[in-house]
Amino acid sequence: MQAIQDKNGVKHFLITLNVNGDSYTKAVKANALLVNVLRNELDLTGTKKGCELGDCGSCTVLLDGKPVDSCMLLAVYADGRKITTIEGVAQNDKMDKLQESFAENAAVQCGYCTPGMVLSAKALLTINPHPTELDVREAIAGNLCRCTGYVNIVKAVLAAADEA
Amino acid sequence: MSENYAVIGKSVPRIDVFDKLTGRAKFTGDLKFPNLLVGKLLTSPYAHARILSIDTSEAEKLPGVKAIITHQDVPSTKYGLSPARWDETIFCIDKVRFYGDKIAAVAAIDEETVQKALKLIKVEYEVLSAVFDPFEAMKDGAPQIFDEYPKNINTEIHQDFGDVEKAFKEAYYVRTDRFDGQRTFQCPLEPHATIAYWTGNRVTVYASTQSVHYLQHYLAKVLNIKEGDVRVLKTHVGGGFGAKLDPSGLDFAAVVLAKKTGRPVKMFFDREDMFFNNRGRHPIFMEVKSGVTKEGKLLGVHCNFVMEGGAYTGLGVASAYYAGTLLTVLYDFDNYKFDMLRVVTNLPPNGAQRGHGQPQPRYAFESHLDNIAKELGIDPIEIRLINARRPGTVTVNGFKVDSYGLKECLEKARDISGWREKKGKLPWGRGMGIGNGGFVSGAGYAIYRTDKPHSTAMIKVTDDGTSAILYIGAVEIGQGSDTVLAQMAAEAMGYRYESMKVVAADTDLAVHDLGAYASRQTLMSGWAVKWAGEKIKKLILETAAGMMEVKPEELDCREAIVFVKANPEVTKTFAEVAQKYFATTGQLIGQGSYKPPKLGGVHKGSAVGTSPAYSCATQIAEVEIDEESGEVEVMGAWDVHDSGMVINPALLHGQVHGAFYMGIGESIWEEVLFDKQGKLLNGNLAEYRLPTALDMPPVIASELVDTVDPNAPWGVKEVGEGATTPTLGCISNAIFDAIGVQIKSLPMSYEKIWRALKEKKEKA
Repeated sequence: MQAIQDKNGVKHFLITLNVNGDSYTKAVKANALLVNVLRNELDLTGTKKGCELGDCGSCTVLLDGKPVDSCMLLAVYADGRKITTIEGVAQNDKMDKLQESFAENAAVQCGYCTPGMVLSAKALLTINPHPTELDVREAIAGNLCRCTGYVNIVKAVLAAADEA
Repeated sequence: MSENYAVIGKSVPRIDVFDKLTGRAKFTGDLKFPNLLVGKLLTSPYAHARILSIDTSEAEKLPGVKAIITHQDVPSTKYGLSPARWDETIFCIDKVRFYGDKIAAVAAIDEETVQKALKLIKVEYEVLSAVFDPFEAMKDGAPQIFDEYPKNINTEIHQDFGDVEKAFKEAYYVRTDRFDGQRTFQCPLEPHATIAYWTGNRVTVYASTQSVHYLQHYLAKVLNIKEGDVRVLKTHVGGGFGAKLDPSGLDFAAVVLAKKTGRPVKMFFDREDMFFNNRGRHPIFMEVKSGVTKEGKLLGVHCNFVMEGGAYTGLGVASAYYAGTLLTVLYDFDNYKFDMLRVVTNLPPNGAQRGHGQPQPRYAFESHLDNIAKELGIDPIEIRLINARRPGTVTVNGFKVDSYGLKECLEKARDISGWREKKGKLPWGRGMGIGNGGFVSGAGYAIYRTDKPHSTAMIKVTDDGTSAILYIGAVEIGQGSDTVLAQMAAEAMGYRYESMKVVAADTDLAVHDLGAYASRQTLMSGWAVKWAGEKIKKLILETAAGMMEVKPEELDCREAIVFVKANPEVTKTFAEVAQKYFATTGQLIGQGSYKPPKLGGVHKGSAVGTSPAYSCATQIAEVEIDEESGEVEVMGAWDVHDSGMVINPALLHGQVHGAFYMGIGESIWEEVLFDKQGKLLNGNLAEYRLPTALDMPPVIASELVDTVDPNAPWGVKEVGEGATTPTLGCISNAIFDAIGVQIKSLPMSYEKIWRALKEKKEKA
């Protein structure tokens, strides 16, 4: 990875992220977190920060299809890899089946956990198109929600799976 | 709910659902402004200490630091909820009173610089002895935290109605129980953030707040700015649950730093800061004594409570009153005594958390009632039916309760949960419990002394009549107020929900409202919206009457179609009538305003607990306990609610699910912990254990009973807070039923259950 040293001797690494199908090249410090690069450098604020300790899952993005806490990953680690954020789920202003199912099943309240929740559920449905209720609960167990009690979220994911 | 409504009573999708599902919804922390600075607070590393000096000179020299403020840069005005207990200042002046107390604030070009600058501020302290337990704090010789609160007693309440002693003398059975609550924290997923910038003499403040008006009022008052020069607004708010109602040091500091630097300043709390600043639930130590007849009828109740307040008062004085005053609503008894001491300690201040003051006393009382039922050999549902309040009654402390479906809730919950089939017939380790609860549908008196209306609304129909914009001050924090108020506006106007837009919670661009607290908006903002909508409808029908050459009273309007009632085939569209009105008269606007009537008695504290309408609910839960580990699993939960007329059933059930979830968390896992120096031990979302999707029961039923409250628009009542109040008692009674031992303190953790079982075995 190419690095540039600034006047204070701090190294900045040149990374290329593929985010939602588009390629972005940025110079980042070694300690830059992926969540901060997404939010501050790329303006993708749909990825939320709830704890910055990997506890709440609000910052979940898909890294090569797998759900990860982007507050626990260095941006340099994501160099050259494929990232999906919530902004990349709907296409041309049309929500995908899972998002539609969240809307229909009243699975959204304050909306702060929603992006991470959708991405964790999406990752599950990709590898397991017909999950059991327990599969869904396990898949979203790392995403905390303080509003819904998860009831309608689980319902929404199962309904989206049924439709597929 | 027999009336045929066009828009209300339907589970329309949330008005903000697309933005929230696609990542477009901006929360305060997501906003960017040109030339934006970042700010943070410096907080105290001691629980109790005198401040000898603050030296910011080294920090100021750090490149990128733009301003540092301490108490010397801000007014020393004391603030809080009730004037007798204004005890907090923006920054500490002479003393810090808890680990995490506010000392200074820094604004710099980025977060890294801010963090470095905070470390360079030198504060000299003289450490004082601290006290963390309310009972220790009241002893002679305990550290005195405020000069104005002798023995650290900050609020003292003694209310006495009827003759409790006489009731106890006449009772067949008198019982006293003691239960202890714990300190919990709301943990809204969105950490609190504030952005402020000045334009000339006016300041604009974006805040994650539950009340733009209350924050505007406080910023103006404490910082000595005209209220009209303070604009507070919010974008999306990621949950509140009471944590975002009291103004925080962040809000004040952002305004002052923005003034000092002439630049927009974004301040934010990280997750741990939230535990210090965004006030959670008070632990209450509760002695409950009741006298009953042989049949289980309550004759008199005495509650003797002590509440650990933390360092400042804020909303805590209301929490203290609510803890006892609302206890009279669910069950009807004629004699009641309520004693309360709210005690300050050197821990972070407590305030209002969902169900304000109620969930712990309900846990105590519902557990106490099961003990009485057991002693008398009465089924727990029967004793509740015997005592359940009836509609059209007045509580012993003066609250008028009109609609009240508690009896129906109890009966329906009994039927849907399989209570008769299962209760008493489950194997050891499994049990069923019941708890009742309820809440005010908005407080009868405003959050501060004022003659202002509690809610206002304005609706503007666009020039072409194809859309209408509802302007409200009500604050959407996830509970769905923007959606239900838009539904109510459309219903009242004879319009369509899909054509409604909402401009809300902006003290400049929207209209006045006291905000999201005390479960008030569906009823109170709802009244203002209903009247605003009805005014529009009146103008539409009058205009249409001229166009159609009939009398206005011969017309009606529904789902944007005006029609002749006697001949519904003869119609005009709402839009064409609105265009006509605009062409001949001007902008089509309707306004509404609501203030509750005078409510309650005349005794001291009689205002707290008054409301135009009271919700109630029954919850039943089934649990399974693992004898080896003490682990509790909630197998099923059944909630039946009296929420009056329901505007959006899907949103209502979502509130019930979320309330039950929070209630399970407080019952079993959630507790804020400190070390012996008052340092927070679990200020994060892993060690402060929130329930995950795996902790929720496989069965959660949420059902309704049919009531219509005469004091509410379309008969609505609250749901969001009341739904949390039965859960703790319900889980407590289920655990008791499962293992035959009552856990007398919260949370009813695995460890406590394991220890109780061990003790029981050793005794046997």
